[in-house]
Amino acid sequence: MATVRDFSASRMPGFAAVAIVAFLLLYAPIFTLVVYSFNDSQSVAVWGGFSLKWYAEAWENTAVQDAAIRSLVIASFASAIATTVATMAALGTTRNEAFRGRTFVYVMINQPLMAPEIVTAVALLILFAAVKTATGYTGLGYLILAHSAFCVPFAYLPIRARLEGMDLSLEMAAADLYASRWRAFRRVTLPLMAPGIAAGAMLAFVISLDDVIITEFVKSAGQDTLPTYMLGQLRRVVTPEVNAISTALLGLTVILLTAFFLLTRKRD
Amino acid sequence: MARENPAPAVEARAARKVYGEGEGAVVALAGVDLAIAEGEFFTLLGPSGCGKTTLLRLIAGFETPTEGAILLGGAEVTALPPNRRKVNTVFQSYALFPHLTVAQNIAFGLEMLDKPRAEVSATVAEMLALVRMEPMAGRSPAQLSGGQQQRVALARALAPRPRVLLLDEPLSALDLKLRKEMQSELKRLQRETGITFVFVTHDQEEALTMSDRIAVMSGGAIRQVGAPREVYNRPADRFVADFIGETNFLEGRVEDGRLHLPGGEAIRLPEGAAAAEGAAATLTIRPEQVRLAPEGEDGLAATVADSVYFGADLHLHLRLAGGAALVARLQSPPSGEAGLAPGAVVSVRFAPGAAQLLEG
Repeated sequence: MATVRDFSASRMPGFAAVAIVAFLLLYAPIFTLVVYSFNDSQSVAVWGGFSLKWYAEAWENTAVQDAAIRSLVIASFASAIATTVATMAALGTTRNEAFRGRTFVYVMINQPLMAPEIVTAVALLILFAAVKTATGYTGLGYLILAHSAFCVPFAYLPIRARLEGMDLSLEMAAADLYASRWRAFRRVTLPLMAPGIAAGAMLAFVISLDDVIITEFVKSAGQDTLPTYMLGQLRRVVTPEVNAISTALLGLTVILLTAFFLLTRKRD
Repeated sequence: MARENPAPAVEARAARKVYGEGEGAVVALAGVDLAIAEGEFFTLLGPSGCGKTTLLRLIAGFETPTEGAILLGGAEVTALPPNRRKVNTVFQSYALFPHLTVAQNIAFGLEMLDKPRAEVSATVAEMLALVRMEPMAGRSPAQLSGGQQQRVALARALAPRPRVLLLDEPLSALDLKLRKEMQSELKRLQRETGITFVFVTHDQEEALTMSDRIAVMSGGAIRQVGAPREVYNRPADRFVADFIGETNFLEGRVEDGRLHLPGGEAIRLPEGAAAAEGAAATLTIRPEQVRLAPEGEDGLAATVADSVYFGADLHLHLRLAGGAALVARLQSPPSGEAGLAPGAVVSVRFAPGAAQLLEG
C-alpha cells in the first residue's frame, strides 16, 4: 500500500511492447478468421473482395442447419441439467454446517476441470458402447448426459461464488420473521442467487456449445454438432464457409460471455 | 431469583452452550439462569466473548443449548426453530433484504404469517409512521443511510408484534450523534409498543441510560442482575465494579472493623460490610464520591499527583501517604479560580454510604 514508490507493472520498461505482442498473439488469428469469412474468393488465403456469400451458403447448407440445431438442443438441455445439479451442489457446500470430507466433495465436483478431457471421452465411449448394446437406444441422450456432466463445475463456480458473497444473516432474518425453510429459500435465497444461476447457465451453455473431444467420442453416426461438423469439413475441402460458421459461433459466445461478466461483476 | 410474574417473557434455565468437542471445546455459556419480565427493557452487558450474543441467539432459536432450557411466556421453546418463536431480532448488520423495498422488507414477517393483505398494508403504514420513514417506503435498502436502515430493521422486527424484541448491538455501527438519537428512539418505541426488549451491548453507558434492568456478563456467566443504579452503586464483584463506570480499588486486610492498607492507613469498613477477620478485601469507591478537605482535617492524607481537566469535570490523581493511588472527580471550579495544583496536600474522605467492600 504505502510503499515509497507504488509498484505498477504498467510502468515497467517495455510494458507497452509486451502487451501489444501478447494481444496480437491472442487476437490476430481470430481477426484473420473473421476477415476471411467475408472473402469473396474460394481460397482461405487469398483476398478476393468483400462478400457475405459464405454466410448465405452456410445458412442454406442443411448439414450445417442440422448440426447447429443439434448443438443448440444439446447445449440447452445440458446447461439446464448442469445448472440444476450445480445449484444444489452449491447450496449443499455453502449452506450446511461444515462436514467431514467437504474439501473432497469440492474436488469431486470440480474434477472435470482437472481431468484430461480425452480420458473422460474414452471412458464415456466405453461406458456408452456397453449401454447402447444393452438398451438399443442411440439417441441424443448420451451427448446430453455427457455434456451435462462436464458442464457442472462451470455452472457450479459462479453460483457458489454468489452464495459465498451473500450475508448469512439474511437467511437468519427470514427464519426469524417466520419463514419456513422452503419459503426462506423461495423468497430470499433464490432471488439473491439468481444472477449467479443465470451466469452459471450461460457459461455451461457456451462450454457445451464448443466442445469437440467428448462429443467426437460419444456421438453416434449422423450426430454431428457444429464443432464436429466443422472438424469433419476441414479434413476434406477447406472453404471460407467454415470461417463464416466460426465467426457466427464466436459472435454468439461473445454475447453470452459478456452477459456472464455483467451478471457476475461486483457491485460497489 | 425472585419472580414477580408467574410467567416471565423470557426465561433461561441452566442454559449452557459449548462449541466443539473434546480438547478444543469452547464454553460460550456456562449454565445461565435468567428471567426477564413482560414489558421490560432488559440489557445483556459485557465485553466481547462474554456470552451475551450466544444467549441472544439461544432465545432467538438460531442456536440450541447444549444443556438447559429456554422458555418464552412460560412455554418451553428450546427445540423450536426461529420461525416458530414469537420473537424477532434486529441484527447488528441489519440484514435488510437487498432485493426488496423498505415497505416489502417491513411486510415480510406479516406475509410469512399469512396475514390478510389489508392487515399487512395497514401494519406496514403504521410501522413506517412509527419509525418516521413514510417517504422512504419505495426505496431499496442500498439507497438508505445507516440510521435509516436501522429504523427499517426496527420496523421490520416490530411489525409482526413479537412477544420479545431482540437487539444485537444494533447501534454499534452508527456514529456518536446518531447513536444518542437512536437510544432515545429505542426507548420511545419500547414505551409506545410495550414489547419486551432484550438489548445486547458492550457499551456500559448505553446500558445504564436505556435499561430497566441489566445483566452484567463475563466468561459465559451472569455476574450480576439489577437496575442500573443498583449495578452501578452496589456492584456484586470486582469485575462488575470495574466494567461499569470508573472506580477506585483499595486493597488491604481486614482487622478490628477496619481495612488496613499495605501503606499503613486504616479505613473504617462501610456499614453492613461482612468480612472475616484477617481476610483480604478490596474497598471500592467511585471517583465522584471522593471528597476533599483542607490538609489536617479528619481523613486520609494525600498528595495531588496530577490534575486532568475534562471541561465539566476535573480528575485529580491522588497518592495516599502509604503509596496507594486514588482518583477523585470534582466539578470544575468557576473560571479564574485556581484548582488544586500538583504537589498540594489534602485530606480525603468518602461520601457516607458510598464505599463498598468486595471480597478478595
